[in-house]
Amino acid sequence: MPRYLLAVTFADGDGVPPMTEWTPEEVQAHLDYYGVLNDELIASGELVDTTILTGPDLAVIVTGDGQTAPVRTDGPFAEVKEWIAGFQIVDVESEERAIEIAGKVSAVPGPGGVPTRQPIHVRRVMDQAPGDAAEMDSYVRTGA
Amino acid sequence: MTHAVEELSPRIENLLRTLAPRVLGVLARRCGDFAAAEDAVQEALLAAAGHWPREGVPDNPHGWLIQTAHRRWTDHVRGEAARRRREETATLLEPPPDTAPVPDEDDTLTLVFLCCHPVLAPASAIALTLRAVGGLTTAEIAAAFLVPEATMAQRISRAKQRVKASGASFRLPPPQDRAELLRSVRHVLYLLFNEGYATSSGPALHRVDLSEEAIRLARLLRRAVPGDAETAGLLALMLLTDARRTARTAPDGRLVPLAEQDRTQWDRQRIAEGSALLAGAIARRAVGEYQLQAAIAALHDEAPTAQATDWPQILALYVLLEQMTGNPVVTLNRAVATAMVHGPSEGLSVLESAEAALKGHHHVDAVRAHLLELSGEREAAAALYTAAAAHATSLPERDHLTKKAAELRSGNR
Repeated sequence: MPRYLLAVTFADGDGVPPMTEWTPEEVQAHLDYYGVLNDELIASGELVDTTILTGPDLAVIVTGDGQTAPVRTDGPFAEVKEWIAGFQIVDVESEERAIEIAGKVSAVPGPGGVPTRQPIHVRRVMDQAPGDAAEMDSYVRTGA
Repeated sequence: MTHAVEELSPRIENLLRTLAPRVLGVLARRCGDFAAAEDAVQEALLAAAGHWPREGVPDNPHGWLIQTAHRRWTDHVRGEAARRRREETATLLEPPPDTAPVPDEDDTLTLVFLCCHPVLAPASAIALTLRAVGGLTTAEIAAAFLVPEATMAQRISRAKQRVKASGASFRLPPPQDRAELLRSVRHVLYLLFNEGYATSSGPALHRVDLSEEAIRLARLLRRAVPGDAETAGLLALMLLTDARRTARTAPDGRLVPLAEQDRTQWDRQRIAEGSALLAGAIARRAVGEYQLQAAIAALHDEAPTAQATDWPQILALYVLLEQMTGNPVVTLNRAVATAMVHGPSEGLSVLESAEAALKGHHHVDAVRAHLLELSGEREAAAALYTAAAAHATSLPERDHLTKKAAELRSGNR
């Protein structure tokens, strides 16, 4: 089955104030929503992985030429809202299903329990090999 | 528990996996509940994997497993009964009378029909089949598909619930329903075999070989329906394709094109077995898509060199296969075979004439690029290889296409 990465950024949903302005209950409801959703995805046999990343404050940028010691800098960084905050990997029947799940992730509640509609990036994960023996033997990949 | 399984001697492992579907058959008939019986057998297998290496294999391993599984099942029912505080469930605990013996082949068939039931999505059917018929543990199946064990456990348990909800029971379906069910079983095994390709190059430590599993299960199925030509054709296809496996991957993991493979590395025994099976199947005069695919694979396998490949025959088989399936992938293959027989421009016109059907298929660019390359149109070919690489969903495929484009641009081949 194809795998998809569903990534959420630090971008706020449309018209949603930053989390620093939410009540503790609203924050808790927001976090609980992810917990329930992930349990659902385990129960449906689709969740492969879920990962939350630390924020830009802890990030460094490293460059290297392969000979001298790597150079570590504190930037320049993309805008905070473009940073990936976390992701899930799901193993699903189809892209439609991945998009359906991404829709649920995006609907995570914010202030007043209203869905934040956070943008979710949906990316297909590369397979390790062509998945079809018949195609595998077609001249496309095996010929020439 | 999985550690015990990994350290099993091949002898015990084989014994357990051969006995698994037979034990499940007996238990499912006794209990009348496939889902619960399957859980009980899985627990019995894990218990055996823990005990037998230390205490020795019992004199009657089959009986040991049935007894252990039955005990687990009884415990389970008792637990349920206690929970519900319902007296009447206790009648279930009476040891049921042994039903008349049923041939193992019938049990195997009943099992695969349930596990590959058309109500199941292929991924669920594959997982359930590997566990119930293949005798693999949930941990092994999860590792093979690179998903967490909890996720795989849920996938299997949901699959069983679905089968149960569909009203199917552990009974051999009436003969008139079997052809359709067999079709669904063959499709599941075919997908499982392909899955072996898809996972064969990942991190492979302690991973079950899924193509090998598919072959093993196809053998079991064939034994249960020895007269079925398409089932023999499917097994032949698997053997004839798998014979090239070693030659297909370079030591660095790169795909080796068919024309460049070291043919001395092909598994002659598999080819002989596959060819014999295919000949027997074709003699039954019930041609089907797996037999045709197997026949194409056999023609490649039998060619002493890539140049000696019998392309006119392969082309004729693709024409038949296309008429039978209407599958666009087959059309792409026919275009390539046409190019090999009649030249690249003829191949390109096949693509043109089938443009509507092929629209959006992500391999069209790659095939067209290949045919343009054969016609000497290097620049156009390079551009299409690049476009094809951007649509690729598999890593080796993307690498291959990117390299083809680079080779054409830099002017060396």
